[in-house]
Amino acid sequence: MARYAILIDHDYCTGCHTCEVACQQEHSYPVGTNGVTVREYEYEANGRVKIDYLPFFTEHCDFCTARLARQEQPACVKHCQARCMEFGLSNDLGETMKERPRAALFTHVPHR
Amino acid sequence: MSQTQVFHTTAWSAGPGCHGGCGQKVYVEDGKMVRIEGDEAHPWSQGRSCPKVLALTQYMYHPDRITRPLKRVGARGEGRFEPISWDEALDTCEARMKDLRTKYGAESVVFAQGTGRDIGGPITLLCYSFGSPNWVQLGLSGHSCYTPRLGAMKGIFGDFAVADCSQFLEKRYADPQWVPPEIIITWGQDSTTGCPDGFFGHWVVDCMRLGTKIIAVDPRSTWLTSRALHHLQLRPGTDGALALAMINVIISEGLYDREFVEKWVHGFDQLAARAREYPLDKAAAITDLPAADIAAAARAFARAKQAAIQWGVPVDMCADGTSVAQAISCLTAITGNIDKPGGEVIARPSHGVTAYPFSTEELIKLYGEDLIKRMNEKRVGADKYPRVKNFRGWAQPDMVIDQIHSGKPYPIKGAWIQTANIIGGQAARAGFHLEAMQKLEFVVAVDLFHNPTTMALADIVLPAATFPEKNSIRSWWAPLLTIKKHVQVGECRSDWEINFAMAKRFNPEGLARWNSVEDMFDERLAPSGFTFRQLYEQGGWKMPEDGPSKPYRRHERGLLRMDGKPGFNTPTGKVEVYSETFKSWGLDPLPQYTEPPQSATATPDLYRKYPLIMITGARSQLFFHAEHRMIPWLREKMPDPYVEVHPDTAARYGVYDGEWVYLENDMGRVKRKVKVSRRVKAGHVHTMHGWWMPEREGKAPDLFGVWDYQINKIIPGPQSSTSGFGGGQYKTTLCTLTKIEH
Repeated sequence: MARYAILIDHDYCTGCHTCEVACQQEHSYPVGTNGVTVREYEYEANGRVKIDYLPFFTEHCDFCTARLARQEQPACVKHCQARCMEFGLSNDLGETMKERPRAALFTHVPHR
Repeated sequence: MSQTQVFHTTAWSAGPGCHGGCGQKVYVEDGKMVRIEGDEAHPWSQGRSCPKVLALTQYMYHPDRITRPLKRVGARGEGRFEPISWDEALDTCEARMKDLRTKYGAESVVFAQGTGRDIGGPITLLCYSFGSPNWVQLGLSGHSCYTPRLGAMKGIFGDFAVADCSQFLEKRYADPQWVPPEIIITWGQDSTTGCPDGFFGHWVVDCMRLGTKIIAVDPRSTWLTSRALHHLQLRPGTDGALALAMINVIISEGLYDREFVEKWVHGFDQLAARAREYPLDKAAAITDLPAADIAAAARAFARAKQAAIQWGVPVDMCADGTSVAQAISCLTAITGNIDKPGGEVIARPSHGVTAYPFSTEELIKLYGEDLIKRMNEKRVGADKYPRVKNFRGWAQPDMVIDQIHSGKPYPIKGAWIQTANIIGGQAARAGFHLEAMQKLEFVVAVDLFHNPTTMALADIVLPAATFPEKNSIRSWWAPLLTIKKHVQVGECRSDWEINFAMAKRFNPEGLARWNSVEDMFDERLAPSGFTFRQLYEQGGWKMPEDGPSKPYRRHERGLLRMDGKPGFNTPTGKVEVYSETFKSWGLDPLPQYTEPPQSATATPDLYRKYPLIMITGARSQLFFHAEHRMIPWLREKMPDPYVEVHPDTAARYGVYDGEWVYLENDMGRVKRKVKVSRRVKAGHVHTMHGWWMPEREGKAPDLFGVWDYQINKIIPGPQSSTSGFGGGQYKTTLCTLTKIEH
């Protein structure tokens, strides 16, 4: 069965932290609590230093069910400055994923 | 349950603190902003937002926010302030400033601001209504932030220009007139970290998705350089030599746009001769770059059908920054990339409306030629530097602080400081700035939070409004925008309200025709055909119509010059890579390269003692300069000021990741936490600026821990430049690392 999911086109995640604060504002989460945290990866490839970022969704992520009920995108997806997040059903996003060179698909059953 | 109302407005300045421009939706309940979100209907940001905006409720309703006017009751630095009424505050400012004007002349009061915020409009109104010529970004050595680039563009193009990411077009990327740049050179800028100079940083990322390739000129490695076609990881401060070498490759290999050069470029042969002084091997030795990389980047840029350059403040902070900006502008000129789709487009204030004056012409339009001419004569630095006299109206900041200290050639006794934490922020030689400014007889600080500057110096503190609490207008390129008040916090007032009220006291006749700030906005908006209310009610933004403010190819259509003839707005009507304007001012009409004032070759003895090149000031999405360290959602993501240290450097100095160290030179030492990282080359370190600790003791001498963390304490001055603009040493100062022994 298809589930809610977020597709991260992570070649484009610039590490801007927008998703993190969007989530905290949306849920009024205090410091130390967040539905999404962005991590930085530094490594070498082809003689160059590579800097990549990847958002990680914690169990505080509820896919913004309150927003979905208002026909709104999850707060992180809506505000992402790099437009690297897509919200939808896991089956659909799995198809979309095939067109992305580097991507990660996240899904879980939100704690309610 | 109370009802939530949603309003649209534009972000600029206080709140996120930034250069602004994005559209936001403000959610209000019972007169309080409860939430803020990006406005999907807004063409600038298209629904997006940033951490600083999204944390705005924590900023606006922060328990430490100043929400009433204050007067100092103890000695300076004691930290004792008492709330007073607005009437008493403004009466005190009026009386004290008029007293200084009578005793020492209007020029004895300086009007100081920080970066490009919604302050330039209100502060010039106040400064010139008072009669002072000294409007200044006090502390910013060499005015090394955009003014050098603006000055260079004005001299070469006769106008300003900006990378074309479709921002002048209502349909944006979908507009059929626009094509993405094949190449964008991000020169001294990581565009993902913020939105400077009227430019939404992630437009570059949008263009990358549409096929744009990046040439990154950056001594550090970043997300952007990781993805660049070419990463030119140059030695800091050598950008001028790189640009001249690229010009030389493009000309000597015949890769320039012959048709454009023939028709529209003045001084091509002189430029070619100057560039020949920078052959690849010489430039490679200066810049620490492989010659082949310089050549490859130059060829890729020149061969692109359309290419743009999106540049940052490190250009200004090179020795003779204006000259470096000249060289880079020449790259645009000889490749014919000016004012064409996906190139570098002429940028004029939207609809010809001035909100924040960027040029002498705009100052004259607002305040009259007589006044501006008089101001030009008396401005600090005008007699020494022709560009200070003739371009834009800023006093020379390094000379202003020296003059405050010395009292020569005339005394400076007062300062009106508007949302600028000089001591904790931009002041190179920060310690000297405090020492000098303590001599001032009267200091007003307009601000939102106490900080090292208000604590150490302010006699009166006036509480300023954030953007959802104020009305204003914005015409920084496009679109024309309104900022609309939807909530009130405490007794805070907008910078416009504060300065309008004060200006009326100093120049009642000059301001008699306006009863309110909105009356004045209506007059300033007149060229657009809208009133403030009309512009707000029809959506709050309007893209320029076809005419001088809208691309493309305006030089061919006679839209740039006062005489209506085709051509550029320069003396020759052409793009002047040999600038006749600069020549007439006694400046080098051609770009040149100057070695940073401190380096292995310029100061070998100093280099032996301090063998690390310290780059400061890379931007963060979390903090705007010296702000936001008290905002919980932002600070938790970067709790400590760190220094990036290459693994080899860390091994050499025996320091480990997470260890606290001193960055040190002859000017002093500053604490930093080591972040071992390959983002910097061995031999370079990088650290962020603007650190002080709001959680520490505010009163002197601690001043929120500023002397432990203010990196500009060990940045020398004055500026290194022949024109007075450019050459603040924020990116090229030498230092060493010292372990903190416990």
